[in-house]
Amino acid sequence: MKKISLCLMLAIVCFSGSIQAAKYKIDTEGAHAFITFKIKHLGYSWLLGRFNKFEGEFEYDANQPDKSAIKVLINTSSVDSNHAERDKHLRGEDFLNVGKFPEAKFVSKKIDVVDVENANMIGDFTLHGVTKEISFPVQKIGEGKDPWGGYRAGFTGKTELKLSDYGITYNLGPASTIVEIELNLEGIRQ
Amino acid sequence: MKTNSEHHFDIATILLHWGMALAIFFLFGLGLYMVELTYYDSWYRDSTALHKSVGLCVIMLLVIRVFWCLKSVLGRSRVSLHQEQKNLEQKLAVFVHILLYILVTFVCLSGYFISTAGGRDVEFFSWFALPPLPVEIENQEDIAGDWHYYLAWGLIGLSALHTLAALKHHFIDRNNTLINMLKPSKTKKGNS
Repeated sequence: MKKISLCLMLAIVCFSGSIQAAKYKIDTEGAHAFITFKIKHLGYSWLLGRFNKFEGEFEYDANQPDKSAIKVLINTSSVDSNHAERDKHLRGEDFLNVGKFPEAKFVSKKIDVVDVENANMIGDFTLHGVTKEISFPVQKIGEGKDPWGGYRAGFTGKTELKLSDYGITYNLGPASTIVEIELNLEGIRQ
Repeated sequence: MKTNSEHHFDIATILLHWGMALAIFFLFGLGLYMVELTYYDSWYRDSTALHKSVGLCVIMLLVIRVFWCLKSVLGRSRVSLHQEQKNLEQKLAVFVHILLYILVTFVCLSGYFISTAGGRDVEFFSWFALPPLPVEIENQEDIAGDWHYYLAWGLIGLSALHTLAALKHHFIDRNNTLINMLKPSKTKKGNS
């Protein structure tokens, strides 16, 4: 009897070690998540914009950060650079071509943990119909209970994309071939 | 005395007609051209600014023209209006004219809605700016953009039909309709 219960306990411990980390839904509803970008204008200044509509979820457990995973789907037509006519152009065939490619997405494949707060995220990014493996550093900002009975965790990450890698070749000038994308995501534990 | 009946046109009508025709064809060509310009073309910004300003001119001319037209129609006696029996071709002509006015209105309106999306003003030759409407729909610039494009093609198509009809008057019917649109009437025309 004792043996059986020991086996059972052992099994539970082993099993729990392999179960998935907690699931978080990215809080787009409360807008505690932002996908922003910036690109140089003529080489003289930074132009900032963001994607207003996206969704996603991630898995995270502070005890097993290497088991973390994330998936984000971006509605490309929600591009917003605070200038409707420019956004119309960005949605058009010269850039995002949202009629043909309504969605961009990132799906993580692997995470290399650096320390308690920092890690390197590796995954597939799809934009403009082109999928490429990218890796970029991510940082945990914090986690804990919120005042309304939930539990939240938040991260930030930043990467640079060469537009021509994704088939976007419209000439914005030599200073504007690379766009910086930053993700600031807060998730609510499900 | 200015008169508009019986295919005789006063100088104001003629100027309005050809002024708008010129402006509309110019805008159509400019519109197709400017969207193909790339970021480093020196006319990339000014071409759209000019397009918007000339477009505003067209809608102003249209307002004047519709008033002028109504004034002239209302100026005619009820008897003469009643006596104007119209055959199918004349009825069609009236229909096409009204449709042309409607198309011009909607092409201009859709253009205004592209420019004013996101709460921006539309500039008239850096002279004054027309504010946006207080309400806006989602993706207004895209929806208005599609309408602007297809309505403009519709307008040009209908103008072509209108042109063909004028040429028919001249070469087949051999009447003075086309000449009258080039030469203002001087004599007072009776409206019996």
